[in-house]
Formats: sequence, C-alpha cells, structure tokens
Amino acid sequence: MTDSKEASNKAYWSANVRLIIITLCIWATVSYGFGMLLRPWLMGIHIGGADMGFWFAQQGSIYTFVVLIFFYAWKMNRLDKKFGLEE
Amino acid sequence: MSQFMINMLFVAGSFAIYTWIAIWARAKSTREFYIAGGEVHPVMNGMATAADWLSAASFISVAGLISVGYVNSSFILGWTGGYVLLATLLAPYLRRFGKYTVPDFVGSRYDSKTARLVAVVCLIMISLTYVIGQMTGAGVAFARFLEVSSTMGLIISAVVVFFYAVLGGMKGVTYTQVAQYIVLILAFTIPAIYLSLQMTGHFLPQVGFVGDVAGTSEPLLHKLNAVVRDLGFQDYTADVENKWNMFLFTLTLMVGTAGLPHVIIRFFTVPKISDARWSAGWALVFIALFYTTAPPLAGMARLNLLDAIYPGETSEDSLVYAERPEWFEKWELTGLLTFEDKNNDGRIQYYNDKNVEFNETTAVERGWAGNELTINNDILVLALPEIGNMPGWIVGLMAAGGIAAALSTASGLLLAISSAVSHDLIKNTLFPSISDKAEMLAARISMVGAILIATWLGINPPGFAAQTVALAFGMAASSIFPTLMMGIFFKRINAKGAVAGMSIGALFTICYIFMYLGWFFIPGTNTFPNTPEFWIMGISPLSIGCIGALINFIVAISVSYATEEPSEEIQKMVESVRYP
Repeated sequence: MTDSKEASNKAYWSANVRLIIITLCIWATVSYGFGMLLRPWLMGIHIGGADMGFWFAQQGSIYTFVVLIFFYAWKMNRLDKKFGLEE
Repeated sequence: MSQFMINMLFVAGSFAIYTWIAIWARAKSTREFYIAGGEVHPVMNGMATAADWLSAASFISVAGLISVGYVNSSFILGWTGGYVLLATLLAPYLRRFGKYTVPDFVGSRYDSKTARLVAVVCLIMISLTYVIGQMTGAGVAFARFLEVSSTMGLIISAVVVFFYAVLGGMKGVTYTQVAQYIVLILAFTIPAIYLSLQMTGHFLPQVGFVGDVAGTSEPLLHKLNAVVRDLGFQDYTADVENKWNMFLFTLTLMVGTAGLPHVIIRFFTVPKISDARWSAGWALVFIALFYTTAPPLAGMARLNLLDAIYPGETSEDSLVYAERPEWFEKWELTGLLTFEDKNNDGRIQYYNDKNVEFNETTAVERGWAGNELTINNDILVLALPEIGNMPGWIVGLMAAGGIAAALSTASGLLLAISSAVSHDLIKNTLFPSISDKAEMLAARISMVGAILIATWLGINPPGFAAQTVALAFGMAASSIFPTLMMGIFFKRINAKGAVAGMSIGALFTICYIFMYLGWFFIPGTNTFPNTPEFWIMGISPLSIGCIGALINFIVAISVSYATEEPSEEIQKMVESVRYP
C-alpha cells in the first residue's frame, strides 16, 4: 500500500467514525434523552394529546431512527465516491 | 360462509404462495443456500429482514405488553433502535467481509477455531431459545383460528417450513419472508386502521393516537388516563421511577437486537456494501410500520376493551355477565378470559385490586370484593376484530398474519442454526476437505435436524422457552455484538481477548439471570427473589445484557493488550473490511 493510499484510507475511516459518533449521539438523545431521562422536564411540551417525552418514547424515536439510517447510508455512499472506494 | 371457512381460506391461500415460492427458489449451490447468491435487492432484503424480525410474539403479544402504558416503552425503543447500531457498526463491514455466517467472521477475524466454536455455541443457545417460542406461537395461532390442536398446528407449520427452507435455503427463506411480511403487515395494520377510525375518526393510527376521541375534544390519551385511573390502575402515560433500570433494559434490547445472528446474516445477502447500508434503512422502514402502529393499537384496544366492560361511564355499573357478548363467551373457552363473580352481583367488575388505597375507598363504596376478570394480554390483538365488530375477512387475515409472523422468524432462526452447524462445525472445523456438493448436503441435513429438534422442543417446551427476552437478548448483547464490533473497530484485539471477552461476558450475564430466575430456569432454585429490592444496584435480570457487553469489552481489551499483537495478515484483513 502506498503512503498516499494509506493516508487517504485513514482519512476515510476517521470520517466514517466521526459520522457514526454524530449518528449515535442523535440516536441516544431522542430515545434515552427525550423519551426517557429528560421526560420530566419536557412535560410542558405537547405533541397532539401526548407529552413530548411520551411521544418520543412511543413514536418519535422510531421516525428519527429511520431518518438516521438513511442519512448515514447517503453520507457514506457519498464518502465512498469521494475517496474512490466504490465497489 | 362460516368464519372457520374464511380463516381456512386465508391460511391455505398463504401456504400455497409459500409453497410455490419454495419450488421456484430452489438453491443450487452453497452460496445460494447460505446467502441467496448474494443477489437480493436491498428493498426486498429490508422486507425479509422485517419479517425475520417481527415474530409470533411481536404480532400477538407486543400490543398487550405495551398496553400497560409508558412503562413498557422499552420494548418499542429497544426493538427498533438496535437497527441504528446494526446499520452503522456491523452490517456494512460484515457484508464487505463476504462470508456466510456470523461464527465465520469471528473464526476468520480472530484466526481461531476456539473463537469460532465459542461463537457457534452462543449462536445456537440464542437461536434455539428464540425458535421454540416461534414454533409454539405458530401452534397457538393455528389452534385459535383453525380449531386444530396446537401440536397438530405446530407439525403442519414445521412441514411447510421444511419445504421451503430445506429446498431453498436462504434463497427460499428470503422470498417467502417477503411474502410473509406483506401478509403480516396487512393483518396488523388493517384492524388498527379500522379501530382508529372507530375511536378517533383518523385513518392513520399514528395520528389518532395523539388525536381526540371521535366526536369530542378530549385527547385519546387523556381519556385513557382517566378511565384506567377510575379503575385503580396507574395512568397510561405515568412516568417511571426506576429510570436507571429502564435505561439499561432498553440498551440491552438494542444491543441484543444488533447482535442477533439471524438478523445479521440477512445483510450478507445483498450485492454491495452500499446496498447493505440502504437495506438496513429499508428494514427499519418496514419494521417501523409495525412498531409505530403497535402503541396506538395498544392504547386504543385497551380503551376499547374497557368500554366493552363498562358500557356507560366507568362510574356507572359494569357489564352484566348473563348479557355478555358472543366474543366474550368464545374467549372464555380458551381460558384467556376468566370470570369469577366474587361479590355475587352478576356483573363483571374489572379493576386493579392490588391498589391498596383504591381497595379501601372506591372498591368499598361500590361494593366490589376483588377483581373478577382475568385478561390475558394476548386478547388485545387476538380478539380485536370481534370486540371491534370488524368483518370476518379481517379475522381470517389475522390468522394468516399470526402464522406468517411465526413461520418467517422460525425459518430465519433455523437457517442461522443449520448454517452454523454445516458451515462452521462440519466444513470449517471437522471436515475441511469436503466438496461444495457435500457441504450443501450437510447444510440440508442440518436444516432437517434443526427443524426436528425445534418441533420437538415446541411440543415439549423446556423451562427456558419462556425466557426469550432475558436469555436470547442478554446473550446476544453480551457475547456476539461486542465481539463483532471489536473485530471491526479495534485492530489490536486478538483471539485470546475475543475468547475471554465472549466467554466471561456471556457467563456473567447468564449467572445473573439464573440468580433471579432459577439456576437453569428450574423453578425454586433462584438465589434471590426476583423483586426490585433484591436486584443488585436496581438492575433487573432482563437488563443485565448491556452490563455483560461492557464486561466483554473490558476483558477483551485488557487480555489483548496483555498478550501478543494480532498477525500482520489479520491486521490487513481488518483494514480491508473497513474500506469498500
């Protein structure tokens, strides 16, 4: 493996790890944060007939998870192209 | 046409489709048998994954489980959130690796037969626990809807699975799962839409859930809270005190979900890494259709059932037993509904008699002498079409849907078991020199063996069969997930570290579960009573898996750094998995 190739691979991997960390931060915030631990402080905010924490625990987190996975896939597939790593 | 004939038609029709797919999708090589040739479209794989994932328990029991209220949100979060972990931390890289089974990755990455064998043992323990529930679930669905004994139903199901799984392997399983997903999602969402229209006037249950009760300006959840409170139950949206345990339980379900072998191997079947990423998204879309419908269904069905028992307000008199509706009598026969007239007034009092304060006040005032109605949680889904006066074809659809949910998950699990036996034990450990043709035969024979064992265990369920959540998710979280993740993200982890991590993580988890649920699940042998005051640091045995995972990480890293670095070759392999 040439040095430039190695450097490019390193950059690709750290970009991936960074993206994973961002994704998982959002993942944890909506489910464990809004849906669970922060719920008592969010009681005042309502989504329809539900308080925000309840809604995130039973509905909102799932929608966010779906968006997150597609966001990750889209970003990674672009990253593959940028680094010329497409299959 | 009688209801029995309608149910029969739906079930037989769906079985005809599965059989046709079995004949069409015969596997011709081990590559087709193990990973469907690696040619499955990402959307198709998403659907198959959803069917793989949504089990008999999801279909029949989840709505009942979460109808307790906010406190059981862990199941909803856990069984969907795991896919984010799977999509970002495992699926693409395992697809890149391009092997056939989960132990295959472990064995090659750590270049160790021991690691491979430990992974095989964990996989079989997880999948076997899981599959027994599916077989009994299929039997129950048959018994409820088709008036055959559950043993007979179980055997019929096994024969159908036998057909497409032995003939088609992963290829047959994949395409039948696609068909099964369509059947099960229609069967689950149509009654939910029907109920939502009845109760809230909204077509989408997800909207009706946060909307108002039809014809009033009172939010549905508000009404639900009021009704259950009137009967001495905790508010539906009431917050949970032990958030720590709720947090750990949810995390265990999420990490366990990402570590379940039968789900992971589905991502080996798509053509490219980018497909594996998209496919995880599609899988969650199809799963989300189910899991965003389940909470509204649970809430509405509970309110609907309470409305049936208290036809007026909850403060007015309840249903007279002699005037009970037909569905009530029917479900009494199954033992899922039981009535005992404790105060001899001929009416059905249903309330929370474990609420001491309520017993001393309201119950005394109203002349109630204890709760008179025992409702099995499964009733909420099973009896829904009848309680809601829905047309007969919906009942037939639900019969086919319940069976589809059980069969699709069972076949995925059986495939995970049989490929671990034929590929990892027979081909890669015992007889490495056998030809592709011989391995294919071994794979088919392993599948037959797995079906026979699962059927036998389904008919004679052992004590651990009821502990799927504790055992399968705890094991998957503490053994499989960390080992796979470290294999990709930490180059420094070697075979010794992986073996030590997996074994100690899994053993710790199992021992903690045994301490509270009985050693080897033998009743009465538990060290401590399974109640919150005896849980160490407030952690329930169901929530221990993520702590087991943490222990796995710590042990694997410590042992690896104390021993030699993995070979140059292995490090190169890890590199190659990271870059497409």
